[in-house]
Formats: sequence, C-alpha cells, structure tokens
Amino acid sequence: MVLFVIFCPIAAAVLILVGAPARKTALAASALMFAAALFLFGSFGYGQRDFQHVTSFTISPDWRLSFTTGVDGLSLIMVLLATIITLAAVWFAGAIEKYENAFYACLLFISGGAIGAFASIDLFFFYAFHELALIPTFFLIGIWGTGNRVAAAWKITIYLAIGSFILLLGLILLYQSVPPTSRSFDIRALQAAASMELISADAQRHIYLLLLIGFGILVSLFPFHTWAPEAYASAPAPAAMLHAGVLKKFGVYGFLRLAIPLLPEGARHWSNLLMILLLGNIIYIGLVTIAQKRLDWMLGYSSVMHMGYIFLGIASAGILGVTGAAVLMFAHGLSIALLFALAGELRRRTGTLVFDELGGLSRLMPFAGLAFGFGVFAAIGLPGFANFAGEIMIFFGAFKHGWKMEGFHSFQIATVLALWGVVISTVYMLRAYRKTFMGTMPEQWKDLADLRPALRVPVTLLVGALLCYGFFPQSFVRMVVPTFRTYLTVNR
Amino acid sequence: MMRITAPELEIAVLVLGMAILMVEAFVTKIDKRTLAFAAIAGLAIVFLASFFVAPFPPQNQATGFWSFYSADRLSIFFKQFALVTTIFVVIMMIDYAPVVRSSFPTSQDGLGEFFALPIFTCAGLMYLVSAIDFVFIFVSLELVTISFYVLVSFTRRNPVTLEAGAKYLVLSALSTAFIVYGIAWIFGATGQTNLQRIAEALENPSTDRGAALLGMVFVLVALGFKIAAVPFQIWVPDVYQGAPTPVTAYLSVGSKAAGFVVLLRVLQTFATLPQTQRLIVLIALLTLIYGNLAALPQTNLKRLLAYSSIAHAGYLLIGVVCFDGQAVSFYLVAYLLMTLLSFAVLIIVAQQTGEEISDFDGLGKRSPFLAFAMLIGMLSLAGLPFTAGFLGKFFIFYAAVLQRQITLIAVGVIAVGCGFYYYLKVVRAMYWPDPTASYGVAGGQSGDRIDTIPVSGLSRLALSVLIIATIWLGIYPQSILDALKNL
Repeated sequence: MVLFVIFCPIAAAVLILVGAPARKTALAASALMFAAALFLFGSFGYGQRDFQHVTSFTISPDWRLSFTTGVDGLSLIMVLLATIITLAAVWFAGAIEKYENAFYACLLFISGGAIGAFASIDLFFFYAFHELALIPTFFLIGIWGTGNRVAAAWKITIYLAIGSFILLLGLILLYQSVPPTSRSFDIRALQAAASMELISADAQRHIYLLLLIGFGILVSLFPFHTWAPEAYASAPAPAAMLHAGVLKKFGVYGFLRLAIPLLPEGARHWSNLLMILLLGNIIYIGLVTIAQKRLDWMLGYSSVMHMGYIFLGIASAGILGVTGAAVLMFAHGLSIALLFALAGELRRRTGTLVFDELGGLSRLMPFAGLAFGFGVFAAIGLPGFANFAGEIMIFFGAFKHGWKMEGFHSFQIATVLALWGVVISTVYMLRAYRKTFMGTMPEQWKDLADLRPALRVPVTLLVGALLCYGFFPQSFVRMVVPTFRTYLTVNR
Repeated sequence: MMRITAPELEIAVLVLGMAILMVEAFVTKIDKRTLAFAAIAGLAIVFLASFFVAPFPPQNQATGFWSFYSADRLSIFFKQFALVTTIFVVIMMIDYAPVVRSSFPTSQDGLGEFFALPIFTCAGLMYLVSAIDFVFIFVSLELVTISFYVLVSFTRRNPVTLEAGAKYLVLSALSTAFIVYGIAWIFGATGQTNLQRIAEALENPSTDRGAALLGMVFVLVALGFKIAAVPFQIWVPDVYQGAPTPVTAYLSVGSKAAGFVVLLRVLQTFATLPQTQRLIVLIALLTLIYGNLAALPQTNLKRLLAYSSIAHAGYLLIGVVCFDGQAVSFYLVAYLLMTLLSFAVLIIVAQQTGEEISDFDGLGKRSPFLAFAMLIGMLSLAGLPFTAGFLGKFFIFYAAVLQRQITLIAVGVIAVGCGFYYYLKVVRAMYWPDPTASYGVAGGQSGDRIDTIPVSGLSRLALSVLIIATIWLGIYPQSILDALKNL
C-alpha cells in the first residue's frame, strides 16, 4: 500500500508524458493516493512503535543498501499531508495554457518525490527521492512562473542542489560513523546503533553541523532562506502549494527523523547556534515580512518565518516540543497551501498582488474572503486551528525542557523572544487580510466574480482538514508520540 | 568450452582492423558504411568473447610476456569498457558520415579509414589497460595517440579541425617526450621498467628516491595530458571543439579512461613516496576548480562538454587520491554512458541546426526523444539521483569523506553547484519556451513548421540502450559493483 502511494503519482506522471489526458489522469491518481493514504491512516496500529507496512528490496548487499519503505506515525502524517495537498493542488491547477501535460507531470513528480522521501526507511532513497523533485520545480517555476521567474528558478535549483549535496556529505559521514561491521543505510539499524552509543560524540557534532546546514538550506533556515520568498512568489500556485506545503517539510522531517534521535550530543553541542538562527527566522524574517508590499512575497516570507517555530520545537529536544513541531509541520503545510492557492487565483484574475492596488474584495468574493480568513487565522495560530495546538506545545516544551540547564537558561530566553513572533505574524497577516479583502475597493475590480464551484472543492478540502485537525489534534498526537518516545527515552 | 586468453582479444581486434583496411583498399564498389557495420559486428563478437576470458591472477615474478602484460580483472573490465566505447563511437561515426563525406567532395574516399582507425585505437586502449611495464605502457600509448593524430584532423578541409589537429599533434608529442624522459629517470634510479619491480626497488634504501620521484613527476605530466588534468588541459577545449564530434567523444571517454587506469597502476607503484599523494591532491583541486568555473560561461555545447570533461577528471582524481579503484572505475562507467549519450544527441542535432546551446532551443518540441536523451545525459552529468552519475559521485565522495579530504570535499561542493548551473543551461534551452524564437510562443500554432529531426534506427537503439543503462545503473548499481569487486 505504501509502495502504491509512492509510485501512483510517478506512474501517472509517466502516463501523462506519453499522452494520457493530463487533468483527468492527474486527478484520478491524486484521488487514489488520497484514498490509499486514508486507508493507511485508518488501519494504523496505534500500539506499535515500529514501522508498519514494511516492504524491502535488496539493492546492494555489500553496502547494506536496500529499497525499504514503510510508515510509522510521523511519516504517515507526512504522507497524508502530501496526498491532501497534491489533490488540492492538482484540482486547483485547472486548465493550463501551454504544455498542459508537462505541467501536471511535474506536479505529480514533486508529489511522488516527497512521498517517497517520507516513506523511505533507507537513507539513500530518503535522499534520492527528495532530489527527484528538484528538476520538476525548476521547470514549473521557469516555464509557468510569473514575475522574475528565470532568476527565481535558477536560485532555488542551485541553492537546493548545494544544500542537498551538503546533506549528502552529512549522510555519508553518518553512515561511516558506525563501525564497519554494523554499517547500514537502514534508519532502524542506525537507530539501534545510536541506542548502543556507537556513534561517537565527536562524530555527532560534525554530522549534526552538516545536517543543520543541509536541512537548513532545504527548510529555509535563516540565513539560508533567500531562495524561498522569491521562488514562491514566482511559482505557479499549485507548485507553490506543493513546495511550501509539502516538499519544504522534508528538511524538518529529516531533523525529526535523523538529527534528534541519532545525534543527541550533536544537538546539545549546537543548540545555541540553532537558537540564534531560529530567532533570526522568527524575529528578523518576521519584521521583513511586515515590510512586504505584495501578497505573494509576504506569504513566501511568512512561510520562512514559521519554520522558526518548528525549529524551536526541534531544538527543545523534549517530547512535548518535538511533538509540537510535528503537529505544526502538518498544520502549517495545510494553511500555507490554502493561502498560496487563493493568492494564486487572485493573481490569475487581477494580474497583481500589490497591496495598494487591492482592497475590499470580500464583497465580490465572499467565499474566497472567508477561506482566506480561515487561512490567515490558522497561520496566526488562533485556537480552533491546529497551528495553535502546535505552537502552544512548542512554547511550553521549549520553556520547560531544553538540555538540563540551571536557572533562567537560553531556551527560556529564546522562547520569550519567539513569543513576540506571534505578535509579528498577527500584524502582517491581519494587515494583508485587511488590505486585500477589506476596506475600500478600487473601481477596476468591480466585475470580479467569486470562486467557481470547481475551485471551491479543493479550498473546502483544505479548510476542512485544518478545522478537523484543529479540533481533534489528539488523534495525530497519539500517532506521532510513540515515534518520539522510542527515540527520546532511548537517548536520554 | 573453448578457452580464450586475454591477448587473443587484442589480436582479434587488430585482425579486424586490418581486414577492414584491406576491404576498403581493394573492394571499391561497396557502400563504405558496410565497413562500419562490419566493424560494429566484429567488435561486438570480441566483446562477447571477453566474458569467457578467465582473469589471470597477477604473478609476482612473472617472466617473458607476462611481465609486460597483466590479465587481471581490472584490465579485462577495462578492455570491455574500451570495446563498448568503440562500438558506440563507430555508431556515431555512421551518423557523422555525411559531414566527413562533404569534406571529400569527389568520392567516398577516406570514409573507410574513418571507420577503421578507431579499431586500432581500441586495440591500443586494450593493450594500455593491461600494461604493467613502462615500455609496454609507452608502446600502447603511442598506438592510441598516433591513430588519434589522424582521427582528430580527419576532416582536414575545415580550418578549425586543422587547427585542432596541429595543436593535438604538437602537445601530444611534447607529452610523449615527457613520458620517455620520465621513464628514463625511473629506469636510471631503479634499473627496472616493470611497475612491480620498481615498487620493490623503491623499498630498498639504497635506491635514489629523489631521481625516481622526478621521473614519476614527468610521467604524471604526460598522463595529466591524457586525462585532461589542470595544468595540462590547455589543449582540451580547442581540440575537442575542432575535432570531428565522434572523435571528440572517443577522446573524452576512451583516452581518458585508459589514462586513469594507467595512472592508478603507476601511482600504486609510487604510493610509498609521501609526496605523491600531496601532488595529486593539488592537481585534483586545480582541475575541479578550473573545469567547473571555466564551463560556466560557455555557449557552445561541444566546448561545454570539453570543460565538463576536465571537471569530471577532477572528480575522478578525488577517487585516485583516495586510491579507491572501485569508485574510479564505477565513475568511469557512469561517465562513459552519460558522455556518449550527450555526444550522440549532439551529433544528430548539430547536423540540423548547430553546436551552440541556443541551437537546442525548443528541442523538447522538435524532437522529444532526442531531448529526453539529452535530458537524461545532462541530469546524470550534473549528478541527480536515480542516474549513474549520481552514484559515481556518491562513491567518489564516500571515499573522500572516509579519508577526511576536507579541502577536496569543500571544493567539490562548489564544483557540484557549478555543474548544476551549466548542465541545466542545456536543459533550459531544450524545454523552456524562448520568447524570441519564432516557434512555440503561441502554444504550438507555429510549431508545425519545425520538422522533427530524423534519427536512424541504429542510433535510436544505441540512444535507448544508453538511456536505460544510465537509469538502470542509477537504481541498481550492484551489477557493476560485482564486476569491480576485489580489484
């Protein structure tokens, strides 16, 4: 079943490239994926701590390399997120003017790459699947993008290529840090090695730094964030939804999967550096976001900023904070995808996203206005949305835990400073909402109509998922916690 | 089953080459391309036969012929490598035949030699990878180089080709002088020409190590010329650009692979000298930096591939620094596949439009198959997962991380980043719509005017084989790893 979810989008993309009707095939494939992911979700065994639905094909016995897939709670919620957003993005894409087939194929390749990375238990394929999404992104932004698309496409591609390569070096070092007899690419085997403390403290520091830079570039950790806002502003809406909502979470997922459980000593050593960088994300990027004059750039920067909270949860290294990071990761994926979808639709109709030229649109587009409002409130972290649950767990976790320190320690200082981020994000989100959908409406927009019913479906899907998740976060938390409990109890 | 020994393979190839020359000289009425098909068939038979050769374990005190010639697994593997390369090059030459013919306006003269010479080069490469004695290394290197003199300047009416031929001749002769001089110094210091006996002599404290080291440096200069390592790379861009394209492909794959095998063997001999590794690290650094940075601004695809060939020599040298024969060999296999793939597409497209990158604009629309082949070639050269090129880089950097070659790794990161830019530049030209071009702007309304590019059945087959092999090796490398085990 896991294999089906991974290869369904890839097979559909190949079919589309050889001539199958693009939109129908893509929709069918993403609906099937979603159904399969829901089935996995429903049949999840809560008691088990191990990976479920594991299948394995040996690739190279010499290197202990095998194509092994499977899900545990953490990867399952990521797969679910990916399928929800794929369905929404494909549905939202509508008719494409040029090279329709290639467009849908690229979307499905990104989706397949992300799902493959989340569901791989083998380090090699974990890395390789993520890279599979790199070239489709290059095409999506370069061919169908808007604005300064050429520069944005080059920037994101080369930046991410270098980031992934640094990550690869880190993974190689991780593989080599275990004594030769127990070397393996299997994450479970590495986990076992880590629990026997086979990875030396010195090696952990080096590996963690490489992973911090590698994953940091992929997640747009300050100061490696400069590719993100421009790319998201230029990308066509479905691509921005998939990339900001799903693919970027690969880096955070990698942190939760590798850096925290395998390298506790490395995490402890670099925690102050990480704290400074994530405050850069929250405070500095937050202020930059306030200064934006265009909706798409503002959303791009806000997605960079919110990564800071997730990193705070990761840095806390306590069960509460880490779980909060996982919850927020899912919630942020949904909310940013929703916002990018609506912004993309606005741009398609009005041709501009400059705040000064917009205003009062909710009178003409009440549905879009309402949905955007949901997205905005979710992004701010209002109770009722899952973002709230995630953020509050992160703040509590970071304030309480941290690496056993005395007195008023750096984690608490960071938490207090990070709390101001909530104020900052309230300012820019509400301001954007007011300038776009409230206030006086310029004359030129008076003929705008509301979203077509066809477009309301994916929007409703995303809003529904946000609300469901926001009211019942416990079902997700129950799913994720066992993953971390294994890791964190083993290592503390 | 009949037993075949390794030297019989080379003899078979040489006989094939002479037979084709004879037919070309005495049977004038046939279509010369028949000769090419005969050459492909003959080489394919030798290739199949090579799988039945039992590898000869290297003997410690071998005498006679076997003190010159080794038939270990490494050499048999690279004999197969040379055969495969030559087969693909001859296939490319068939596609390139119209260009050669236009250089000889009156008749089909010359085409026969064009197909026959690579076979002699192939024999030279096969001898070279087996050579374990400096005398034999020199002789087989000359067999390769002299046939390349002719091939590089084959379309001699073209001034650019003539220039390439002259440059290659002069610099190649210079490097030959270096290698002879180096061998003389080494012989003077150790009294031996056999690599293994030289290694034994170097362990003897009474040997003059300084003189041997000087000789080794001279040999290194000559080999650096073969593998296009900085600072011996000056000839590469001009010769690669001017030579007939199949010959360029042959130079950049066959000549380079043989150079690396000899380099590995020679360095193994001198590994006891501590200066050796530092010297190679320095050359590798320079090669990586120069190759990648100089490739960035190129607009001519053939020239770009020339610089990319220098850049890949840099990655290969990282493997050489780490003395990881398996990683180097795997990388060479990956390099063979992706480079031949790119050159094969280039030959077909260049005859329609040209060799500039801008001539590839909109290829995705004009000829989806060729564009896809080029896409795979470029992605593999850039090193994307699920292609052979990625695993090649993976093994190389694995060895580098294992040996903590921090400087090389740091430069490698920059090099990989540059690589993404210049390879994707080609991809961008093929797939991104160009607003200034006359086609494809309005979503295909004017696209009908562009004819799709004809591809012969044999080339289509060759391209498909290369594409499938590139992806197959990227997903399932074990088949090659098994062949390379215990080198």
